[in-house]
Amino acid sequence: MDNATLKERILGIVPDAKFQENKQFLTFIIPPDKMHDLAFKLQQEADLAFDFLFCLTGVDRIEFLEVVYHLESTTLKHQLELKVQTPDRENGAVDTVSDVWKTAEFHEREAYDLLGIKFNNHPDLRRIFLEEGWKGYPLRKDYVDEVNIVEL
Amino acid sequence: MKESDFRDNETLELLKQSGGNILLTTLADIMNWSRSNSLWPLTFATSCCGIEMMAAAAPRHDFSRFGMEVYRASPRQADMIVVAGTIVNKMAPVLKRLYDQMSDPKYVIAMGACAVSGGPFFYNSYHVVRGVDHIIPVDVYIPGCPPRPEALLYGVMQLQRKIKLETLTHPRKTENLK
Repeated sequence: MDNATLKERILGIVPDAKFQENKQFLTFIIPPDKMHDLAFKLQQEADLAFDFLFCLTGVDRIEFLEVVYHLESTTLKHQLELKVQTPDRENGAVDTVSDVWKTAEFHEREAYDLLGIKFNNHPDLRRIFLEEGWKGYPLRKDYVDEVNIVEL
Repeated sequence: MKESDFRDNETLELLKQSGGNILLTTLADIMNWSRSNSLWPLTFATSCCGIEMMAAAAPRHDFSRFGMEVYRASPRQADMIVVAGTIVNKMAPVLKRLYDQMSDPKYVIAMGACAVSGGPFFYNSYHVVRGVDHIIPVDVYIPGCPPRPEALLYGVMQLQRKIKLETLTHPRKTENLK
């Protein structure tokens, strides 16, 4: 499926998805409550067939926290980028997609570990790289660690 | 001899202690010769320096020419550990444990900027050990990011020179190095 038809198809499923100009990927900003349904449809429907979540990233944009999903269909050879934003830094939560793509389970744990983005209905949401009991989320822009960090 | 005396690569041998019994010094020479020409490194690499270390072991550079022959997967069989790569705080106790499990005499080469000082992760990083000498005593430092295989070869040869200075009356004791 080419990007123009794919764009129409996505906007058909989620009408309030916001299209974002991007050179490499077809990019949409999806409202947080629509993300899980969209993910399920993207994977299930035969003409979309996004069977591969090749990256899930957390980003701290200061005004809001963002989760970026990079998707690919290995059979139909098309790609898609989705973003979900949550302005609440303390309790901001996004629905998990680990029931749709199993690989998201570890990716979401990483985003939780380093940026403190919480995922609803995640089967095992705990730190993955850092020790249990680590205070704070080190990849956040406002993270302060006076012991370890040497400021340049 | 003191660790702090190793300043000048060119005059390393001049620091060798004079005097001593002919029998003992000859015995020491034989031991040092066999020890320095059969250094068994531990298979240990934490990042990109490890790739250079593998390249140094591969046929093109081939450090088995200098006696750094077989990589051992168990610290109990290794003489030497090349710390090739970044050591993060979570890895530090593991490295210390590996070092403690090696049998004496044991040697450490800090390969690359990360192992020497923390390197590119010195500033604005929350998780990197700034130099592996915070954890274990280091014999030879090899700068570079990552160092070329030739640099590693040179570092190994410096370590061999250092080993050749040991005597039976002044053996290297790692317990004394704090």
